Amino acid sequence: MVSSIRFIQKPAAKPAQERTGTKMKAVITVTGKDTTGIIAGVSGVCAECGANIVDISQSVLKEYFAMIMVVELSGMNTSFGNFADRLEELGKDKGLVIQTMHEDIFNSMHRI
Amino acid sequence: MLNTQDILETINMIREENLDIRTVTMGISLFDCVSEDPERFCAKMYDKITKSAEKLVSVCEEIEKTYGIPIINKRVSVTPISIVGGAMDRDGYVKAALTMEKAAQALGINFIGGFGALVQKGFSKGASALVSAIPQAMSETEIVCSSVNVASTKVGINMDAVSLMGGVIKETARLTGDRGSIGCAKIVVFANVPDDNPFMAGAFHGMGEPETVINVGVSGPGVVANAVRRAGNCNLTQLAETIKKTAFKITRMGQLVANEACKRLGVPFGIVDLSLAPTPAVGDSVAYILEEMGVGKTGGHGTTAALAMLNDAVKKGGLMASSHVGGLSGAFIPVSEDAGMIAAAECGALTLQKLEAMTAVCSVGLDMIAIPGDVSESVICGIIADEISIGVANTKTTAVRVIPAYGKKAGDSVEFGGLLGKAPVMPVSPYDPSVFISRGGQIPAPIHSLKN
Repeated sequence: MVSSIRFIQKPAAKPAQERTGTKMKAVITVTGKDTTGIIAGVSGVCAECGANIVDISQSVLKEYFAMIMVVELSGMNTSFGNFADRLEELGKDKGLVIQTMHEDIFNSMHRI
Repeated sequence: MLNTQDILETINMIREENLDIRTVTMGISLFDCVSEDPERFCAKMYDKITKSAEKLVSVCEEIEKTYGIPIINKRVSVTPISIVGGAMDRDGYVKAALTMEKAAQALGINFIGGFGALVQKGFSKGASALVSAIPQAMSETEIVCSSVNVASTKVGINMDAVSLMGGVIKETARLTGDRGSIGCAKIVVFANVPDDNPFMAGAFHGMGEPETVINVGVSGPGVVANAVRRAGNCNLTQLAETIKKTAFKITRMGQLVANEACKRLGVPFGIVDLSLAPTPAVGDSVAYILEEMGVGKTGGHGTTAALAMLNDAVKKGGLMASSHVGGLSGAFIPVSEDAGMIAAAECGALTLQKLEAMTAVCSVGLDMIAIPGDVSESVICGIIADEISIGVANTKTTAVRVIPAYGKKAGDSVEFGGLLGKAPVMPVSPYDPSVFISRGGQIPAPIHSLKN
């Protein structure tokens, strides 16, 4: 009986980015003042980390730059946290806000 | 495919409207820590808590990073200590509270709850010793929270317990008088207390709960207030729809975080608590939602109706978004933690009497209300008895967390800092209920038919 308690506690699954077989995606949003080399910088980090860009949309309103990039994570050679940190650092260097979020948050909020 | 509009909406909610996960609370059973020897009990409890929740903070931080959603508090709740510590005396219970504090500090969590007792029908030896230990325990710890359930719809109100709690609160206020009587902010007196509440100060790990469990409390008053603002000049049916849809989105995020935390910690999922929990931050206020709905000032006539609708719509929207809903689920109205409530209390629009009426239609009860430090014990007991009877008669959870601010009088204010905010000291009725309170005994359970 005692062991049955342990039995119903499911074993820990691997974190999302470590699971294989499914194509996990992340959404990178970049906002701030337009300068040269923003996309080059972001896609450079993606390439180094093994994140494959599947979609980019961007707009520039006056001086304000906004980009949404969707990347696929199955080939990643680093942790999600590290990837997000590197992009955030890049944003700080260029005076931009770069946020990297797992796509599940958008899916769960906007899809039933 | 993800839609740009949806992405921007989510990001705007988090960045501009203070959307966050208020708490991921891990419930831990302490039944296997029972021991005759207080030292041994404390040692076992320390090990159990620190081992079970070892990864709680780091996993929550990983989730924050992955989803870009802030998790404001990481908390632990344990089996009510009076139940597992039965044989100990008062000193033993104080030691247990200090051990909880030590374990919580070691884990790096924000609060630990469960230093409590269930006394709706009477006091066991352990419950009696624990309640007497509350003032000292609360004054010697920073993040240990205490709750005492004094009533339920099934059994009525234990007025002996109500009368005792007035003294406990008063004494705690005195002992922590140099810190704005902050000890009282960590004590809640409950009716119909839920077993799976992730919110403090009332969180504990109920008797029928599994060995360990994850309960998540969502927040998001700012998101709802903005949605109401954007809805513009619509009628209340349409407004209720808007609130429901917004609550759905907020709760889905809570469910996602809960699922992910359970997976990564290897702990079963308990519930998502669908509460609108305000913070003192500008724009994160439940009072502002009510004012956005059109109530001139929170506390004015119409406030109770607006709050009832808001509370109901939040539940309806949230219910479908989560597989298990529980805890307190509803709109919170803690005065000191809500910028709009503070403003309304300061200008005299919001009174204790109106707050009491509001608690009949929303979650929790008289929460984080500072009253003058010289208020008598029996008046505090009267406040508790009134609020508790609202819960008992209406088959809902109600609670009292009042702070008799030591050395302060009506019109002053007390600063607690952090999530606890700043409380304007509110006047109370000067008439003395001591004869009623000193009668003691049990107010019988209310009848469940012939309702009106």
